[in-house]
Amino acid sequence: MVETPKDFIQKEENVIIKGNVAAAYAAKSARVQVISAYPITPQTTVVEKLSEFADNGEMPGTQYIKVESEHSVLASIIGASKAGTRTFTATSGQGLFYMHEMLHWAAGARLPIVMAIASRGPAPPWNIWADFTDVLSQRDTGWMSAFCSSHQEIYDEILMSYKVCEDHNILLPKFVAYGGFILSHTSKPVIIEDQDKVDNFLPPLLDEEGWPHIWMDPKRPMMFGNLIMPSGFYQEFRLKIHDAHIRAKEKIIKAAQEFKQLFGRGYGNGLIQEYKMDDAEVGMIIYGDLALQMEDAVDYVREEGYKVGMVKLRHFRPFPTEDIIGVAKKVKLLGVVDRATAFGSQTGGPVSCEVKAALHGTKDTANILPIINGLGGREVTLEQQKNQLRKLVKFNETGEVPKDTIHGTLWDCLLEVK
Amino acid sequence: MAEIKSEKWKKINKSKKERPEIQEYKDWEELSPIPISLPIKGSMGETGDWRTFRPVIKEDCNKCGICWMYCPEGVIIRKEDGSFEIDLKYCKGCGICAKECPTNNIEMLRESDIKDG
Repeated sequence: MVETPKDFIQKEENVIIKGNVAAAYAAKSARVQVISAYPITPQTTVVEKLSEFADNGEMPGTQYIKVESEHSVLASIIGASKAGTRTFTATSGQGLFYMHEMLHWAAGARLPIVMAIASRGPAPPWNIWADFTDVLSQRDTGWMSAFCSSHQEIYDEILMSYKVCEDHNILLPKFVAYGGFILSHTSKPVIIEDQDKVDNFLPPLLDEEGWPHIWMDPKRPMMFGNLIMPSGFYQEFRLKIHDAHIRAKEKIIKAAQEFKQLFGRGYGNGLIQEYKMDDAEVGMIIYGDLALQMEDAVDYVREEGYKVGMVKLRHFRPFPTEDIIGVAKKVKLLGVVDRATAFGSQTGGPVSCEVKAALHGTKDTANILPIINGLGGREVTLEQQKNQLRKLVKFNETGEVPKDTIHGTLWDCLLEVK
Repeated sequence: MAEIKSEKWKKINKSKKERPEIQEYKDWEELSPIPISLPIKGSMGETGDWRTFRPVIKEDCNKCGICWMYCPEGVIIRKEDGSFEIDLKYCKGCGICAKECPTNNIEMLRESDIKDG
């Protein structure tokens, strides 16, 4: 490990920064050794801040690789990670799609890469604003994925992610996603933690021996990921990835507990975060930045006398099936809010499909009302979220599906031409 | 319901000194989480089986070594007396040596013709 010059050693401080800058600070606090990134709106300022850190000498142990595209970003990061370094990158929307091939390589090679994603809507129509279709459409690449709803959570989740990903019994890459512009370009107070405390929390950086499953040594060459014939172990290697995801759930819970003990900030059990669900009659499952505002909406609608609650889904992969079943046993009706699309699926929303699938085969669980809103960064107001909750309450009381559903899903607040 | 314990896999990289020559495993659970191959001769089988044409070095060979340099599989072996021999166990019969030979002293013969005598 390269020693940081005294002037640059991070002390605990409370700063007002953008979400993207919080992601950059997290990479710095984690003592990331290799960064490769290509600027794309709305992620650009992550890259800018990191190159500033590197240029100022604030990250003396860090190599910053400049490349010509996102595909090369991940290719270079995969090489660096194989050599046994802690790596970081960030991207958005189309850039993530361009990485798609290499995403499979990173997960298949079991490399604990952490990638921040300032989510944006896929084109066309051309769009650069908050919409989680980019990260959710990478569902089956083998990457874990987490959603953040506040600036502080971006910083915290990246640190927790390194802890889980680098666990020698997990070894998986992970996305840390947050809404483009809504979190990436607004400023809020964030506590940047003391470097010693972060060092204590995270696993130590690897020495030259590298990861337990892979090495890069010109004197002792090795070939990895090469051809497996149909009669070979291909199916077993795929099972190992799935198994690692399932086992990662308890590691995520443990990392969240340890994080809370050390830094005092908790995020539910790490996989989901419940809000006023214990006595609720109807609940809302929601993820990303809209979850924070939904807490307010729940408070307001509770003042009107309705027992509503909400659950913030923090992880999409691995999917917290057991926790979602637990929640669905508490209430009679669950709304599932997607700020993303899964065209042609049962509900049209990726998370609502997932929730429905999780409940299949379990008796006495809640009905599901899928909701899609805020696509392409469209503003979702507090009033709109209150109305969503009121619609749930009414649906629950009368048993009548809301009139404005389309193909069984509430496409909330479609524009009306006057 | 069966539970698999993927932790069972052997850490192949405990230390630099302990890096194995070849990965040993009883079953797939012991395999390290990614497919690796440690380069040893013949790790992909005896690739000489793939050959349709066999390179045969003729007597007039002037031992210049160009075939030896060009062989993409490294199966042309320089012997102590400076002459060359082709390892037919692994030669795939691509014909690059015959193409590059400046004195046209490597001939590609159809395997079936050779076998038929």
